[in-house]
Amino acid sequence: MPQPLNYLKETASQTAGPYVHIGLIPAMAGFDIFEKNFSNVLVTPNTRGERITLEGKVIDGSGTPLRDVLLEIWQANAAGRYNHPADRSTGVLDEEFRGWGRAGSDFESGLVTFETIKPGAIIDKTGRKGAPHINVWIVARGINIGLNTRLYFSDEEAANAADPVLNLIEQPVRRSTLIAKRSERAGKAVYAFTINLQGPDETVFFDV
Amino acid sequence: MNAQAPALRDPRLNRPEPFTPPLGDGGFFQRDRAIHPPAHAPGYKSSVLRSPRQALLSLENSVSEISGPVFGHNDLGPLDNDLIRNYAKDGDPVGERIIVHGRVLDETGRGVPNTLVEFWQANAGGRYRHKKDTYLAPIDPNFGGCGRALTDDTGYYYFRTVKPGPYPWRNYVNSWRPAHIHFSVFGSGFAQRLITQMYFEGDPLIPVCPILTTIPDQDALERLVAPLDLNASAPFDSLAYRFDIVLRGQRSTYFENRTAGN
Repeated sequence: MPQPLNYLKETASQTAGPYVHIGLIPAMAGFDIFEKNFSNVLVTPNTRGERITLEGKVIDGSGTPLRDVLLEIWQANAAGRYNHPADRSTGVLDEEFRGWGRAGSDFESGLVTFETIKPGAIIDKTGRKGAPHINVWIVARGINIGLNTRLYFSDEEAANAADPVLNLIEQPVRRSTLIAKRSERAGKAVYAFTINLQGPDETVFFDV
Repeated sequence: MNAQAPALRDPRLNRPEPFTPPLGDGGFFQRDRAIHPPAHAPGYKSSVLRSPRQALLSLENSVSEISGPVFGHNDLGPLDNDLIRNYAKDGDPVGERIIVHGRVLDETGRGVPNTLVEFWQANAGGRYRHKKDTYLAPIDPNFGGCGRALTDDTGYYYFRTVKPGPYPWRNYVNSWRPAHIHFSVFGSGFAQRLITQMYFEGDPLIPVCPILTTIPDQDALERLVAPLDLNASAPFDSLAYRFDIVLRGQRSTYFENRTAGN
């Protein structure tokens, strides 16, 4: 027998369940407990960058929006820099932007919204430029292990066409499942997205 | 003497560079999907319409995956890890007082420091403080059912609560959840993000739970069961349960000093 490697095994995932709000967004469960709460607003008045609203739904295999889903997003700042020591790119850090937020869907409509800024293009470790994008993580009752996907921006056509991750998707038609569509509302940019868990338009999910 | 004769070449100049350990890309160890529940697990009926059917696209980790949100003590309040007191209105909550403690580790066995751990649970009667929970067991006026902690430099965390009760749910007509506490853990990179549930040693509902048994690997399932830890109990006050959580390990990065050891 060779020597044992003795790596530990990752802890198994379990569904977040229908009452995920209690732990992660208690105000949505209907009570107030923590002094400080996390939310779907990533910006302060002093955050640099273009203010945008992200707005969308997660749809199940019957076409019905999930009304108990929770999304988290993680993104770079307007200069394309993540607020984390692993990002050694030269973009300027923004002290007023953590780059992370979470939101529960509306219990009636299933609508999920975030107030954030549009991230800058990402420089990867080989110096290649990646299109601006937002990383998304999805948990809910019936989702046994969190789903990872990305949102790209419809007004970044040239950058999207050159993006190394979008180009990994074999079928060009599936790339469009990751593009949030820009429109204007009261002078502010709104990006609309739909995440389909199943069906002919199933969103591309990543094994990261 | 021939001035043009080439100098003897120092043989050491032709040697290759001394060996240094290979540099990783900073990516996380590939996730072993065989120890996780599959997305589509028909015995847990809610998963049927909520499970992707296409293959996941495997993504070499980039900075988007190896970075993640950083939290600090400023994000927490002083009672956040005390579920016996953090919602108490006119007394302590009803139930068995317990301490839950353990370490957040990565697959190499190193503690994951300063990472956010969040937890939530039903009360001692199996009822959640949630506007969508309609189970007939009563709400406990002194129990909220959620808390959070930041691990210390060694990855250690702890909190105090009451033991949650089992409760029925709509899957089969007589499905019951074993007593459990939900955990949410971050790690250092967004690709380590994990939500799981902790169960209690000796609970007879464990082997018949349609959610727990979505896990295909018996060892992985048993690692979600916290043993009673009498040594950590507080005599005449609280029993203790130990729950370690393992997140994905990480390869070293291009950016680390080569001589510092990888």
